[in-house]
Amino acid sequence: MYPSRFRYEAPRSLNEAIALLRDGGDDAKVMAGGQSLVPLMKLRFASPELIVDINNVPGLAYHRQDPDGSLHVGALCRHAELERSALLESTQPTMAAAAPLIADPLVRNRGTLVGSLCHADPQGDWASVTMALGGSVVAQGPGGRRIIPVADFVTGPFQNVLDPAEIAIEAVIPAAQGTRSGGYLKLERRVGDFATVGVAVAVETSGNVVTRAGIALTGVGGATIAATEAQQALVGQPLSAQTIEMAAALAAGAARPKTDHRGSAEYKRHMVHTFVTRILSRTEPVAERAA
Amino acid sequence: MSQALDEIKIGGLGASRRRVEDNRFIRGTGNYTDDITLPGMLHMEILRSPLAHARIKSIDATKAWEVPGVHLVLTGEMMATRNLAWMPTLSYDTQAVLATDKVRFQGQEVACVIADDPYIAKDACELIDVEYEPLPAIVNPTQALAADAPVIRDDKENQPDNVIYNWEVGDREGTDRAFEQADKISRLQLHYPRSHPSPIECCGSIADFNRSTSKLTVYMTSQAPHIIRAAVALVAEIPEHMIRIISPDIGGGFGNKVPVYPGYVCSILASILLERPVKWIEDKSGNLISTGFARDVYLDGEMALREDGKILAVRMRTDADHGAFFADAQPSKFKIGLMHSTFAAYDVPVGHIMARGTYTNKAPGGVAYRCSFRVTEAMFFQERMMHAAAIDLGMDQAEFRRVNFVRDDDFPHRTPFGFLTDSGQYGECLDVGLKAVGYEDFLQQKEEAKKNGRLLGLGISTMTEPLGAGNSREYDILGIKMFDSAELRVHMTGKAIVRTGAKTQGQGHETTWAQIVAHELGIPAEDIVVEEGDTDTAPFGMGTYASRSTPVAGAAVAMASRKVRAKARKLAAHLMEVSEEDVEWELGRFYVRSAPDRGVTIQECAMAAYSNMPDGMEPGLESVSYYDPPNLTWPFACYIVTVEVDPETGVWDVLNIVAVDDCGVRINPMIVEGQIMGGLTEAYAMANMQFQTYDADGNCVGANYMDYLLPTAWETPGFELHSEIMTPCPHHPIGAKGIGECAAVGGPAAFVNAVMDAIGDTGVRNVDMPLLPDRVWEAIKYRRDVSGAPPVRSDD
Amino acid sequence: MTTVYDDLSDAEAGDVPVNRIKFTINGKKKIAEVEPRLLLSHLIRRGLGLTGTHMGCDTTNCGACTVLVDGRAIKSCTMLAVQVDGHEITTVEGLASASELHPLQEGFKEEHGLQCGFCTPGMMLAAKQLLAENPSPTEEDIRWALSGNLCRCTGYQNIVKSVLWAADKLRTQSVDSTEAGG
Repeated sequence: MYPSRFRYEAPRSLNEAIALLRDGGDDAKVMAGGQSLVPLMKLRFASPELIVDINNVPGLAYHRQDPDGSLHVGALCRHAELERSALLESTQPTMAAAAPLIADPLVRNRGTLVGSLCHADPQGDWASVTMALGGSVVAQGPGGRRIIPVADFVTGPFQNVLDPAEIAIEAVIPAAQGTRSGGYLKLERRVGDFATVGVAVAVETSGNVVTRAGIALTGVGGATIAATEAQQALVGQPLSAQTIEMAAALAAGAARPKTDHRGSAEYKRHMVHTFVTRILSRTEPVAERAA
Repeated sequence: MSQALDEIKIGGLGASRRRVEDNRFIRGTGNYTDDITLPGMLHMEILRSPLAHARIKSIDATKAWEVPGVHLVLTGEMMATRNLAWMPTLSYDTQAVLATDKVRFQGQEVACVIADDPYIAKDACELIDVEYEPLPAIVNPTQALAADAPVIRDDKENQPDNVIYNWEVGDREGTDRAFEQADKISRLQLHYPRSHPSPIECCGSIADFNRSTSKLTVYMTSQAPHIIRAAVALVAEIPEHMIRIISPDIGGGFGNKVPVYPGYVCSILASILLERPVKWIEDKSGNLISTGFARDVYLDGEMALREDGKILAVRMRTDADHGAFFADAQPSKFKIGLMHSTFAAYDVPVGHIMARGTYTNKAPGGVAYRCSFRVTEAMFFQERMMHAAAIDLGMDQAEFRRVNFVRDDDFPHRTPFGFLTDSGQYGECLDVGLKAVGYEDFLQQKEEAKKNGRLLGLGISTMTEPLGAGNSREYDILGIKMFDSAELRVHMTGKAIVRTGAKTQGQGHETTWAQIVAHELGIPAEDIVVEEGDTDTAPFGMGTYASRSTPVAGAAVAMASRKVRAKARKLAAHLMEVSEEDVEWELGRFYVRSAPDRGVTIQECAMAAYSNMPDGMEPGLESVSYYDPPNLTWPFACYIVTVEVDPETGVWDVLNIVAVDDCGVRINPMIVEGQIMGGLTEAYAMANMQFQTYDADGNCVGANYMDYLLPTAWETPGFELHSEIMTPCPHHPIGAKGIGECAAVGGPAAFVNAVMDAIGDTGVRNVDMPLLPDRVWEAIKYRRDVSGAPPVRSDD
Repeated sequence: MTTVYDDLSDAEAGDVPVNRIKFTINGKKKIAEVEPRLLLSHLIRRGLGLTGTHMGCDTTNCGACTVLVDGRAIKSCTMLAVQVDGHEITTVEGLASASELHPLQEGFKEEHGLQCGFCTPGMMLAAKQLLAENPSPTEEDIRWALSGNLCRCTGYQNIVKSVLWAADKLRTQSVDSTEAGG
C-alpha cells in the first residue's frame, strides 16, 4: 500500500516536461490521471525513480471536433468529461457507449483516455474503442511531433512504442466518411471490474451500405484484438442478418481467450459473437450502461 | 387516568429511534482503531509468505534492520525463544504466530518490521530475505484426504494425517431404516464456496505496554474484547487485571474480527520489547488472504420421501475445509458449529449427519460472515435440498414446504438433531411471502415468457435458525460459558449509563440498549448512554457475533433494568409512605393502587436513592446482570426471489426480493430492517459474484478487491421487507429473537433456487455458487450441473 | 498559515526527496512539506489529523477514502499528496457549517443510511458531487453515481433514500432562499 521512494516534478509546460523526461534517465514515468499508475506503484509492481506529472501543463484538457470532422481528445481530458459529453452522445456512438463503462465514477473523475492508451493494459476498454475507430495517438518529444496509429501503438502488455522522452498529448479519431453507428458492450461482473469480454463496434454507412467497419475485442487475448476479417465481411453491402452473423462468427474466431475464473474460452468466444450481433442488430446507436 | 408515558415517544420498544452513533459517524469523528494516535507510536508491517506450502530454509533480516527508522524486526525464531511462535486457537488447536519450520498457506505471516512510519516499515519488509523450499500444496479436502497427501500439521504430535475431526449427530440406524422405506430418495451434492466477510475496515491493533504501570492496553478491532483479554493473558502470560482491551468504533465485523490474529500478538510483543505503542493496521490484501474466511463446505445430502411429499428422513455428509489451523470461534462441543440445526422448521422424524473437517494449505477459519456458527451452511443445504426434492416429487415448491412445516400448535418441537424450537408460524410466513410476490401470477407470467424464449424463475427459502448461543449446559468457547452481561447505573437526576459485554460493529447497540432500558424503566432513551468495548469497565461478555447480542446481552439489559425497577419500587413506597404491596407501576411512574393520582416518577426514585433512602437500604440505584440464556431463540423467515435469466449470456437480473422475517419483538424496526437488507445483500453477493478460490499451487484468487467482488449500489437489487408476522420469543425477557444474520442465512438459497427454477426445463439440478454468467450459460447450453469453484488455470 | 510536517525518520532525511505544497482544505489554507510518495489519504489522515476519510482497501476499489478535489469526488488513496498543490480539498469534516449539518448528513441519519459508518464519509462526498450536478436525481442516477463506493452493511437501499432525502431538502432550501431573496 506504500509506494517506493521516487522524485517528483510537476512541469508547467510541455517542453519542460519533455526536457525532464529526456534528462530523467530510463526510469521516468509520465503521470496524468494516475488511476492506473498509482495503484501499480502502491503494490510496488512499478517503482519509477521519477514521476513527471503533466496535470499542470495548460491546454491539454479538451475534447473537440475539428471542422474536418475529426475528434481530438487531449491528454488531460478525463473519462468523466467524455461520459458527460453531448458531442460524443451525438457524434460518436461507440465512444459514448464505452465512456460510462470505464472503471467507476470516482476513477473516471481523474483518469484520462490518453493515459489509458499509454498504460496499455491488455484489458483496457479505450484501446478497443480507438482501434475500432481507426484512431491515432499524437506524441510529442525532443525530435518533434509524430502520429502513431492505435493499431501500432502497443507492443506488449503495458508497453507502448513511445520513446522515453516522448509524451502522448492527444488521441485523434478520424472524421467519419458516412453515418456513424455502433456501440460498446462489456461483460463485467460488476462496476469497476475488468472486462470478461468487451466488444467495440464502429460502423459507417452511406445510404444503407456499410463503407467502413471496425470491430475490436477486449479481454479475449493477450492484447486488444482487431477482428479484421469480421470487419471486411461487413463492408460493401447493407447490414443484414446474414452479414451480421458472418461478422459475429468471424469476430468470435479471431478471439483468443483463455479459460479462467471469469469463464471458459468457449463462453468468451460465444460472448464475442453475442455482443457483435447485439450491437449490429440495433437500428440506431445507443449509449448503454453496464450489463 | 393513566399517566404512563408514551413508549414510542420516549424511544422504547418499537420506536424507530434515529441512531445515537450516527452523530459522530456523519461528522467523520468516529474513533476507529486506525484513527487513534498515541504519543511515540511506531508502525508495524507484516511480511507474508508468497507460497502456500514450503519449508523455510533461512530468514535473513540484516538489510531490514539497517533501514533508517526501523526499530525492530521480529521473526518466528525470535518469537520461539519467548514461547510465542505458536498460540492456542479458540478451537483447541494451535496456530503459528510467525512461521518457524514451514509456511502453511499463501499469505501466512513470516516476519514483521516495526518502524517510525508504515512506509519505512514496508520498505524494510521488502529487504527481508527468505529462502523457501516449496512443497506440494493441498487445496481441497479430497487432496487432503488422499493416501499420499503430505501432512500439513507435522508440527503436531499425534497428527498422522490432515483430518481435524469426525463428528456425527442423529440416529444412524433410524435414518437408514427410514431410507429403506422411502418411496423416493432425493440426492444433492453441493459446494458452498469459500467466501470472506471482508468488512470495509481491515483488522488492526495498537498495543501499548506501559513500563511504569506494567499494564498492557490494546486498542483493537475486536468483536469480543473480553475473549481477547483472556487469550492474551493465556498467551503472553500477563495477569488478566493488567490487560485492558479497548475495542473502539469498528468498521464492520461480520465475524472477521473475532479470532486472535498473529498481527495482534506481534504488536503486543513489540510494544513490550520497545516500551512504546505499536500500531499494526493490515491492508485489504492481508485481510483477504490471511484472516478468518467463511464457508468452504461440501455437502452430500439425501432426503427420504414419501410420495405424498412427507419427508421421512434426512442424511447429510459434510466436508469442511478449515485451512491450515483450526481457529474458529465456535461452541466447543460442536465441531461443525450448529450445522445440525438444519431442517429445524420441518417436521422430520429422523436424521443423521456426519461431519468431517480437514486441514488444507489455506488461511484458517470457516466460521464467519454472518453465519451464526455454520447455520448459513445448514440452511443453504436445507433449502437447496428442499428445492431439488420438490422437483423430484413433481410438487409445487411452496406446497412441499407447507406439507412439511412444523405446525403452529406442535411447539415445543424437538428436531431430529436434538434442538428444541419453541415457537413459529411458518405457514403464515410463507403465505405472506407468496402473496407479496404474487405467486400465482408469477407462475403464469413464467409460462408466457417461455413462449418468447425468456426465462423467468422464482426461488423460495424458508427456515428457522438458532440464535443467541447459548445456554451454559451446552455452549462454551474454550470452556468459558456463553452468557452475556449488562451493568446499569441510574444517576441522581434519573439519567443512566448502561454497559454490556457485547460489542457493536454497526448493529446500533448505543441506540437499542437504551430502548430496552426505556421500555423497562420509562427513562427516555435519550437520557441513557450506552458504552461497550472497554474490558476495564464493561462487564464480562462473549462479544457480538452469531446474532447473539439481542438474545443474550439484550436480555441482560432487560434483567438489569428489572432489578433496578425492583429497588425503585421500594424507594417509591418509601416516598409515598405506603407499603410495597400497594405500589403499582406504569411506564415511568409508580403509583398507589387505591389512589392512582398519587405517584412518583422513576426520576424521583433515582433522586431518593441518593438523598432519601429508607432505613437499612443501600444508597445508589444500579445493578449488574449476567444472563445465561435458557435456550436458543428461533427467528424464522421466508425469502422469495424472482429473476430473469438471459439464456444467451447467462446473466441474471433480480426482478423482486420479498423478505418476511419474524424476529420476535423488534426493538427498533428501522435498525432491524437495516440488518435484513445488509444480510440480503450479502446473500446476493455470494449467489452472484463473490468467492475465493485457489489454483493447484495454492495461489489465492480473491485476495484483493479486484478479484474478490463485492456488489456496488448499481448491481444490488432493492428489497421488499415484511414484518406482519411477529411471534414473541417465549423465554426472552422482551420477546426478542435477534436478526443480524437471518437474511444472510436464508437468502442465498432463494437466489440460487430462483435461477435453477428459471433454467429448470434443462433438467439442471445444481450450479454451485457463485452463479456467474459463464456458469449459468454452461448449464443451459450443455444441460449439465456446474459444480465447485470456478477454475483458475488457463488452458494454454 | 499552518505548516504540516510528515513523519520523516532521521538524519538520512537529506536523501529523502521533499516537496512543498500549498492547498486549501475545508476552506483553510495550508502549507505542507511532503515526500512525493505520500498518498493524499495519508496527508489528510496523518498529516492533518482529519481521520474522517477512511482507508478500506489497497487496490483503488472501495471508495472509503473519497474526498472532493475542486468539487470532484476522487479516491484520495490513488492521488499523491503532491498533486493537490494549488487545489481545494473537501473532506467529510468540511460538510457541516459552523451551525448546521449538511442535508446529506441529516439525510443519512434520518434514513438509516449507515450502520458501521466506515463507508459513510466517502458516500456522502460522492453524493455531494452528484447533487451539485443533478439536483433531482432518480434512484438510478444515485446508484450509478455511488457505484464506486462499496458498502458492506446497508445493502444500499437506505443510502439511496438518504440521498433522495438530502436532494429534497436542498431543493426546498434553494426555493426558500430564492423566494426570500426575490
